[in-house]
Amino acid sequence: MDATRTDSPILQIKDLRTFFDTRDGVVRAVNGVSLELYPGETLCIVGESGCGKSVTAMTILGLLPKPPARIESGEILFQGTDLLKLDEQEMRAIRGNDISMIFQEPMTSLNPVLTIGRQISEVISLHQGVSNRVARDRAVEMLDRVRVPDPHQRVNEYPHQLSGGMRQRAMIAMALSCNPKILIADEPSTALDVTIQAQILDLMRELRDDFGTSIILITHDLGVVAEMGERVLVMYAGGKVEEASVEELFHYPLHPYSEGLMTSIPRLNESLAGDGDRVRLQEIPGMVPSLIEQIPGCLFAPRCSYASEKCNSESPQLAEHRKQHYAACWESSNFAHRLESPTP
Amino acid sequence: MTAVAAAGPENILSVRDAKKHFDVREGLLAKKVGNVYAVDGVSFDIARGETLGLVGESGCGKSTVGRLVLRLLDLTAGEVHLKGVNISGLTRSEVLPYRREMQMVFQDPYSSLNPKLSAGSLVSEPLRNFKQGSSAEIDQRVQMLFERVGFKREAMERYPHEFSGGQRQRLGIARALAVNPSLIVADEPVSALDVSVQAQVINLLIDLQEEFNLALLFISHDLAVVEHVSHRIAVMYVGKLVEITDTKTLFKNPLHPYTEALLSAVPVPDPRAIKEKIILKGDVASPINPPSGCRFHTRCPHVMDRCRSEDPVLQEKEAGHRVACHLHEPG
Repeated sequence: MDATRTDSPILQIKDLRTFFDTRDGVVRAVNGVSLELYPGETLCIVGESGCGKSVTAMTILGLLPKPPARIESGEILFQGTDLLKLDEQEMRAIRGNDISMIFQEPMTSLNPVLTIGRQISEVISLHQGVSNRVARDRAVEMLDRVRVPDPHQRVNEYPHQLSGGMRQRAMIAMALSCNPKILIADEPSTALDVTIQAQILDLMRELRDDFGTSIILITHDLGVVAEMGERVLVMYAGGKVEEASVEELFHYPLHPYSEGLMTSIPRLNESLAGDGDRVRLQEIPGMVPSLIEQIPGCLFAPRCSYASEKCNSESPQLAEHRKQHYAACWESSNFAHRLESPTP
Repeated sequence: MTAVAAAGPENILSVRDAKKHFDVREGLLAKKVGNVYAVDGVSFDIARGETLGLVGESGCGKSTVGRLVLRLLDLTAGEVHLKGVNISGLTRSEVLPYRREMQMVFQDPYSSLNPKLSAGSLVSEPLRNFKQGSSAEIDQRVQMLFERVGFKREAMERYPHEFSGGQRQRLGIARALAVNPSLIVADEPVSALDVSVQAQVINLLIDLQEEFNLALLFISHDLAVVEHVSHRIAVMYVGKLVEITDTKTLFKNPLHPYTEALLSAVPVPDPRAIKEKIILKGDVASPINPPSGCRFHTRCPHVMDRCRSEDPVLQEKEAGHRVACHLHEPG
């Protein structure tokens, strides 16, 4: 990855805050997130449930019901237009056309009473204004493109007749049918079996290279990040805590939470290295904080082994600690020093 | 597959050729039209203090194996021996005393704990059910268990909804341990948890297993987690075991083409790792109409003619390493 980019981002989010008004109080699901997405790149957003990664994606596409959701502040610039200022009709012209999304559970995001072909051709005829016939031919072509076997026959089938992997392929075919500039994939392979996940990730990589689509890949799986991403953004409790190239993040994590995530997961093939004894995993003590309570200072401080006085009172800002490598942590410089040699 | 006599004294659990077929019914009269061959001839042993990991993809029958072991489901054929006693032949009432010996930890800590019972009652309930001591003794044991899984005494008064996912799972573990079982079946115990709390639960399970010398059947789809906790691993595909051996051997020298593909398919959290992926074609076969011969032949990159007609038998290739594949048959 180039350290200095000369091209301009295709999507730019500035200081986005998406809040939810609930009976228990205001949930600050996304609390000041900024990001840039460049043409043709894969940006991963990684974090645990409730960190705000999906809400960020849903906000981009204007898919959140308001109320309870509320955009407190921020801008989402797509080719110079602020998506947050568009009305529903204008947004509809962008959704599925310029920016499309695939979801974790393809069964719940496909219409169960319409055939796969009908659902894909609907998107095509809506956005491209072509006849039903042409749209249908294109649907078959897309299914073939995502390697659904017998696309001529499958196009007439209903979602329940397809397996999980096939449904996800149909979703991808639909999402890519209008050749979008941006594809947002929210945990696209999480609900799938390991061998099927490998197929889907392989397919996404191939399609990105062929169509030049920019991808925002949301996942909790660091393995998927390492295999798919170029840049990665780590979120914790509604905020961005670290941003770097994938290579940088895995070898010089600068936020204790990112480091914790990496050392707390069992590694494949670890049994080959050791003497057969089971090693203890590093634990991150405690749990994710409530997004309702206003906590002063760093939200990770209560679980952080490096936390100082300052961490408990002042909220750290994102700063560039290494080239193109940002972290929101008061202790990053001490922390980074410790990691002078890359983690094995 | 030798007969029952193989159930040696050190084995807590021996499963012999276990089968479970469910009916497929259709129409108004629910006429039986076929079988789901969920588990179709599975044999393994677990020794005291040993963890056997059972991996496979969804629908391969791994959870059904767990339920058969605990007699939550009745076998269609085969035998389950607990400490040398054939519990599959016992009636429902006869099996009751053996239930104390085997406990389960469930996947979803949200739906497996009664929301109306306090944490203290949840853990003491099995002790009272099995009449394990006086009420003072029970209280004492519950306190000990709470401390052991990392709770303060006050937590006993709280209700399940007041606990987080990871804490509920620890509560589930305390409950399973209450009656001092010899065998625990843990079915996907960490897959519903967030990454940062998974480690807490995995470490606890390993510690307690060593401390109480438990036999543990650890069922999971996550290979990295299974590798981390297991001494031995069994790989399952569409109702059958395809390979079983010790953890290190499985990762170093996987013999079955399915195991190989499964291991290579796992995304590795290291961007510098260069991996030759084996990407399997097609979907997991259905247990309703399993393919003839070897069930993996429809996706196998090394398929031969005989694989389509002849079902390979799980047999020992090297000491302690059994595989069901025509490629690895002796001679």
